[in-house]
Amino acid sequence: MQCPKCHAPMHTYNRNGVQIEQCSGCRGIFLDYGELESLTRLEAQWSQPAPPPPPAAPQAYPAAPAPAWGAPHGGHHGHYGHHRQKGFGRMLFSS
Amino acid sequence: MRTLAPVTTDDALLPALEARVRARAHAGPSACPCGTATLADRPDTTVVRHAGTVAKAHAVDTGPAELALRVTAAARLTGVLLPPLAEAPFVLHGRLVTYWPYGEPVDPEDPDAAPWEAAAALLARLHRTPPPSPVPAMRGPVKAARAVGRLLDTAPHHPATAPVLAAWSALPAWARGEAPMPGPARLCHGDLHLGQLVRHPAPAGPWLLIDVDDLGTGVPAWDLARPAAWYACGLLPPDEWQRFLTAYRASEGPAVPSDGDPWPVLDVPARALTAQTAARAIARAAATDRPLDEVDLSLVDACARMASAAPQGPHC
Repeated sequence: MQCPKCHAPMHTYNRNGVQIEQCSGCRGIFLDYGELESLTRLEAQWSQPAPPPPPAAPQAYPAAPAPAWGAPHGGHHGHYGHHRQKGFGRMLFSS
Repeated sequence: MRTLAPVTTDDALLPALEARVRARAHAGPSACPCGTATLADRPDTTVVRHAGTVAKAHAVDTGPAELALRVTAAARLTGVLLPPLAEAPFVLHGRLVTYWPYGEPVDPEDPDAAPWEAAAALLARLHRTPPPSPVPAMRGPVKAARAVGRLLDTAPHHPATAPVLAAWSALPAWARGEAPMPGPARLCHGDLHLGQLVRHPAPAGPWLLIDVDDLGTGVPAWDLARPAAWYACGLLPPDEWQRFLTAYRASEGPAVPSDGDPWPVLDVPARALTAQTAARAIARAAATDRPLDEVDLSLVDACARMASAAPQGPHC
């Protein structure tokens, strides 16, 4: 198959189970019907279970002391993040 | 399972309170376009606002003498507590009512804007200030005991109740409200959380503490213990806890040592507040027949972990 843009030969690659054609000249990518959706779906699956790594504590702040009964990992990797908003709302009330 | 039996709110209270706050706001019978907003209407407390005036109907069991002392102290703690509009509480439909100026509360939608530094600085100032007039004991431990008692009454067989009761019963008597608090006594807020801060004058004035119901003398670490408990339970990010603690120390707050590990002092009150918050969450879930959510479970799990380490610190 030839690239519709620069007419260089295109090579077939397999990206996570999706066949894509890439031009050996201009590096353009040709997607068949439905392949873009497949890639988008795969991307979503990859990004969901892997939360972003916790930000490294700045050197100026050594790990804050926490009590023995604190949440696992010394209270450093608890439920904040996507639970933060909910937890924050609760902090506005005495219950 | 028995359900929660909230204190019945007198149906006539809210309209009566609205009429009073409107009259207080305008000091005259003229019609006005302002409208009256209900800021809180809970079984124990009703708060309404009309223009710049707020009227609060306190809990049914509020002692008139104690409330009067607390309101008087608030009037004299300029720059720390929101001053009342009138010092003397009055009775309306069997409830004590006080008037306050309206202040702009913390935005619940914006955790990044939470005034942790201001809260810490206000607490440090409060704790450093000798009581400007006689005040009763701070009510934090008594309120915690009440929440745990209510849990026992309403949801004794809930699976989450046992670890909370175990954590509670391991606490020293003072933290359970069964003995006087150890000294040295400091002036304390008694129920500090982010809903207890407002900007006055609204919307951009300085932050001030509100709600005098639990104000009094006692162990000042109690006022730091709710943020401490949220942090320990993994619900408050460490950097926000650190900002709060650092600001408190920078303002020379006396509740914790000026450097080093604050947990020997915070341990007992943070355990008590974790148990109190868990108790309320379980009672509420049981009353509404709903499962505990992830925040509730974080609190219950923390109570369960407390069994493996006895309370520590100078006040055990």
